[in-house]
Amino acid sequence: MLWKSTSYTGWGRALSAAGELARPERMSTLARLGAVPAIGARRSYGDACLNTAGQAADMSRLDRILGFDAETGRVEAEAGVPIGELARLFAPLGWMPAVMPGTGFATVGGCIAMDVHGKNHHADGSFGQHVISLKLMQDGKSRTIAPNRGKALFEATVGGLGQTGIITSAKLQMIPCEGPGMEVTEQRVEDWDEHIALLDSSEARYTVGWLDATARGKHLGRGIVEEARSTAVRPQSAPKGSAKSVPFDFPRFTLSRVIVSGFNKAYYLRIRDGGQTRIKPLEEFFFPLDRIRDWNRLYGKSGFHQFQCALPEAELPRLRSIAERIAGSGLASPLAVLKRLGPGSGGLMSFPMAGYTLAVDFREGPKARALISELISEAQAGGGRIYLAKDSLATEAQVKAMYPDWRRWAEACARHDPEGALETDLTRRLSLRSL
Amino acid sequence: MSETRETWIILGASSSMAGPFIRTLAEAGHGLILAGRDKPDLAAIAADAGARGASHVAQFALDVRDAASFRAILTHAEGCEGQLCCAVFVGSMPDQSQIDAEPGLVSGVVTDSFSGPARFLQALAPMLESRGGGSIVGVGSVAGDRGRLGNYVYGAAKAGFATYLSGLRNRLGREGVHVMTVKPGPVDTAMTWGLGPQPFMTTPDTVARDILKGLRKGRNVVYTAGIWRWVMLVIRMIPEPIFKKMSI
Ligand SMILES: Cc1cc2nc3c(=O)[nH]c(=O)nc-3n(C[C@H](O)[C@H](O)[C@H](O)COP(=O)(O)OP(=O)(O)OC[C@H]3O[C@@H](n4cnc5c(N)ncnc54)[C@H](O)[C@@H]3O)c2cc1C
Repeated sequence: MLWKSTSYTGWGRALSAAGELARPERMSTLARLGAVPAIGARRSYGDACLNTAGQAADMSRLDRILGFDAETGRVEAEAGVPIGELARLFAPLGWMPAVMPGTGFATVGGCIAMDVHGKNHHADGSFGQHVISLKLMQDGKSRTIAPNRGKALFEATVGGLGQTGIITSAKLQMIPCEGPGMEVTEQRVEDWDEHIALLDSSEARYTVGWLDATARGKHLGRGIVEEARSTAVRPQSAPKGSAKSVPFDFPRFTLSRVIVSGFNKAYYLRIRDGGQTRIKPLEEFFFPLDRIRDWNRLYGKSGFHQFQCALPEAELPRLRSIAERIAGSGLASPLAVLKRLGPGSGGLMSFPMAGYTLAVDFREGPKARALISELISEAQAGGGRIYLAKDSLATEAQVKAMYPDWRRWAEACARHDPEGALETDLTRRLSLRSL
Repeated sequence: MSETRETWIILGASSSMAGPFIRTLAEAGHGLILAGRDKPDLAAIAADAGARGASHVAQFALDVRDAASFRAILTHAEGCEGQLCCAVFVGSMPDQSQIDAEPGLVSGVVTDSFSGPARFLQALAPMLESRGGGSIVGVGSVAGDRGRLGNYVYGAAKAGFATYLSGLRNRLGREGVHVMTVKPGPVDTAMTWGLGPQPFMTTPDTVARDILKGLRKGRNVVYTAGIWRWVMLVIRMIPEPIFKKMSI
């Protein structure tokens, strides 16, 4: 049967959709579906990958690698290929995806449609900047676009939330690596200033700050900064074949504030004074959370939200005050992420902007929602923006103000999808495509 | 990577269930002869196998109902060095109600799931015999273990195939060729998509793992998910006078 009536959610599980999903296993089947939005591994937190009362094409079974050139590091992959799979297969041969988000389950299609960034954004830019070309299916018909071939459509497709058509495959330029191992240096930082200073001075290709979002006062911003580079040294422990999984929804109390801050402290105390350097398997560095499958269930049935914003460098004090608000609220969850961003972005609706990005999880609830809404306004006031891959609470006005190119993008979408057949819950919630 | 490089003929290479099995073989560096019906899909699968490290990959158009399409595959296989192996994933399952309305469909189902592959394996068997080794994997179905209201023509064809494989095992076992029958229950594929929750449903990945494990251990009959061995044991034990009134 082509269609299945089901209800499904994004990674945050706070929002859900009831609708019809197809999961084609062949391109010919996909072509028969006509104009419907595509979804990948649903690793977006909010409603970007939902289509309530409508249809959507689950791309996860269109996951073949169509070509790989060991000389040039070019790979062509169908949209459903998980990004971690490319790393697993090709890192031992000296190539890995130029940009990888924090989960290896994200698909090539989802990485393009969100123009994802990685721990090397300051060095290598965003995902879309490494796309050589891609195939787009529009109402069953396929066309190839590239940065210099159908430029307008390309820029509307990269980071374009799937609103220009279904990405069926892409040619990607990977970057050279030494092998499947990463040399990772972890350093404790005691407060906000030290944290920022270390991120700023880091010369590593991969840098990420883990922040204890519950630490306040003089401890604000304390955490661990990880710097990494690819290494030919073989990692000691291969990643375990079968990841641990969370088999059921956790009851509400498990993530109480005490546990959360205790967890953070334990994580932070692991690192000896003066830091430590270890060789880790690539997956462990890039996708640390993937080792616990379905960890989103730890938040219980009602789910959670992630607030992720980017602010320009000059707005650092504002970012600090945002972090203060979060810590003061007592609502934040373990392991917030603080990263530097470079200027690179691949599309009109891409999230990255030069400066810093902060990402924090909150269990769903009225207090968290109210706080996040305020934080979104703060980000907007600072000339920053929030990441649509994580959002479920922003408003039309906020997002349109944060994404200055939204109109050009919406116009391109209108040209390629005049009926709005590709709209998702997110684009409807934000009236993102209404000009 | 295994010691000896093998070449695997995959009949029905573009079936959902074959996918992960092909990938595992490719990543272990084995050679592949992929035979299937959907040409563009076959090309994607072949490219995928190549990118994952298969030592060689060939594609052939296959129509199990047309034995003439076997020749090119067999000739190509003949030319491959080393151990030859074959896995059969072909089969077709029209709705039983459709078959009830159109009796002519019966022979197609029997050809797709039984006589077609059997005919291919008959032609292949001497090649394996003369090489004194190799493996044959035949994918049947738990539906073949007992004729049921919902899919008895398909079940009958799969039962025929299972009996055939058992005989082939008897014949080739003494020549060092291993014949393994695989009986999957419901698998999460395009066929079951949208049917609602199925009992003890498994995934193509698990099927691949179970097949490879079975091969390593030299098993004769493998159920996947494994629990189906016991479920079917019980179902087979239900006396016919009772069973004929049941609709499970
Ligand atoms: C633990 C975790 C860590 C993360 N870390 C990062 C990070 O470091 N950096 C970062 O940038 N993001 C990060 N993310 C977010 C994630 O990378 C993005 O949400 C990504 O888009 C998910 O890919 P997906 O395949 O799951 O797509 P989905 O979530 O299913 O879909 C995302 C969007 O892409 C569209 N889409 C998907 N496939 C296609 C296609 N084939 N054609 C057209 N449109 C398509 C959908 O319509 C939707 O709008 C993280 C997420 C998690 C859960």
